[in-house]
Amino acid sequence: MTHAGGYIADARIRAAEWLPWVFAALCYFAAPSYLTLGSYILTMIIFALSLDLILGYGGIITLGHSAYFGTGAYVAGILALRLTGEPLLGLLAGTLGAGLLGLFTGLVILRTRGLALLMLTLAITSLCYEVANRATRLTGGADGLGGFSIRPILGLFSFDMFGKTAYLYCLVILFASWWLVRRLVYSPFGASLTGVRENNVRMHAIGAPVYQRRVVAYTISAALAGLAGALLTQTTQFVGLNVLGFELSGELIVMLVLGGVGRIYGAFVGPLVYLVAQDYLAKRFPEYWYFGIGAMLVLVVMFARGGILGIIDAGIARLRRGS
Amino acid sequence: MPAALETRRLCKSFGALMVADQISFRLESGARHALIGPNGAGKTTFVNMLTGRFSPTSGAILLGGEDVTALGQLARVKRGLARTFQINTLFRNVSVVDNVAFAVAEREGVARRMFRPAGSYHAVVDESMALLDTLGLAQDARAVVAGLPYGKQRLVEIAVALGLRPRVLLLDEPAAGVPTSESHRILDVLDALPKDMSILIIEHDMDLVFRFAQRITVLAQGAVFLEGTPAEIAADKRVREVYLGERHV
Ligand SMILES: Nc1ncnc2c1ncn2[C@@H]1O[C@H](COP(=O)(O)OP(=O)(O)OP(=O)(O)O)[C@@H](O)[C@H]1O
Ligand SMILES: [Mg+2]
Repeated sequence: MTHAGGYIADARIRAAEWLPWVFAALCYFAAPSYLTLGSYILTMIIFALSLDLILGYGGIITLGHSAYFGTGAYVAGILALRLTGEPLLGLLAGTLGAGLLGLFTGLVILRTRGLALLMLTLAITSLCYEVANRATRLTGGADGLGGFSIRPILGLFSFDMFGKTAYLYCLVILFASWWLVRRLVYSPFGASLTGVRENNVRMHAIGAPVYQRRVVAYTISAALAGLAGALLTQTTQFVGLNVLGFELSGELIVMLVLGGVGRIYGAFVGPLVYLVAQDYLAKRFPEYWYFGIGAMLVLVVMFARGGILGIIDAGIARLRRGS
Repeated sequence: MPAALETRRLCKSFGALMVADQISFRLESGARHALIGPNGAGKTTFVNMLTGRFSPTSGAILLGGEDVTALGQLARVKRGLARTFQINTLFRNVSVVDNVAFAVAEREGVARRMFRPAGSYHAVVDESMALLDTLGLAQDARAVVAGLPYGKQRLVEIAVALGLRPRVLLLDEPAAGVPTSESHRILDVLDALPKDMSILIIEHDMDLVFRFAQRITVLAQGAVFLEGTPAEIAADKRVREVYLGERHV
């Protein structure tokens, strides 16, 4: 179940693909005191999906994806503070803002590849971070941006203190994002991204506008990251500088690698396992919890290049062969 | 009638190394033309300039009479130019049929579509399957390229180029690395190509060259050394020294 796309792939949704949604719905009822963590996980899944699109499918390595997540977060926050707390409008603005930044930065940095590209993605994030840090009147600088309120969704569902509305809101937005990413992955465009990743030279030789494809993919991914950022702003009613930090970009890669790169559901499993483990370990071993996370990552990278989903796939294959 | 492909005093240097030295060359429409020459003569570099992968230091390239020297690879592909690679340059971790479909989809302008599943573009899938069938690869259509024997990968290399339905096809050593016992399959495929397709083939296998080509150009140290019919080339003493001598002792 790798969801590699292509012209002979069966794009129909398989039964197992409904599991995450059933699981998410069950969590809503079974773990009402964890809904805040749940909302955060759902948000990070959207962010991880956006990275999977360019890293897993497009082969574009970036250490700066928080630039777009943070842009979406700040756009939504500033909009809520200055203009309107209308949530869907905030999501739209965050998505568009990050998408535009993705387009303009993509046009510049995607002329390069490899290490140069990696450095440029880092540079963009640090630029954004510095801008947000300095523009205190707009962003609140190091103090962060708060003091805004988000209006009820569609005028009907107001955000409650238990995080119920926020959780369901995140779930619905994740569902829409998943649907979109899945469509893209199975589309001819998704197939051509695979082509660019697999063999850039041949892609040029068959007359593909490689640069353009990469810019489009990067823009869509940035927009999706911005959507996740805006969602975080709205569900936490606060924006801190950390949404633009390297740590977040790094953590995101760790989560995706942990779950499995280039297979859609790796972006689901990774953030879930990572954030739940972090929550658990941070409570039990407040001093050493990072050690646990590190050990987990080392194990996955050493023994399972396909991440947790890769291990599961291999297990299933072995069972089938055995029977 | 303009040549299918023509170069005028094409030059290319890598630093101090002159790899193409005033190459003036004509590939007539519908021709079967071979380019031969010793290792390092500059044959692959010549192809890279023809497709727009490298830009020449000086000189001009004309495709169907139109000057395309300043155009990129994409624009030349759109004008009907396709190539294969001396060293397999394939989408290794996807299926054989996907390799071809990627090319067909680019040609048809389908590849940038984002909404419908790729598999629902039946025209692309069917054409790719049909093409593989004509190359005897129908059985392997769903196999991943990396798992195929090398000889079959060489056929896929050709199939991807044919997916572009080229008017001019440049084949860079299509039989390279294929054992002689299997190279007849490649020759069969080449023999079956449409007569109006103009073909330039680079090849070291002289049996293949002399059976396939109606015209031969000999390249040595980046310059055209001689051009003629197979009989003329075979009879030329100097060519034997420069090139054939090394191989047909
Ligand atoms: N990108 C490059 N940069 C520098 N030198 C190059 C480059 N590509 C090719 N060369 C040099 O140019 C010369 C011609 O190489 P080319 O690959 O065109 O030869 P060829 O005729 O195709 O040889 P072969 O029969 O071995 O394939 C060689 O000396 C090679 O080392
Ligand atoms: Mg060569």
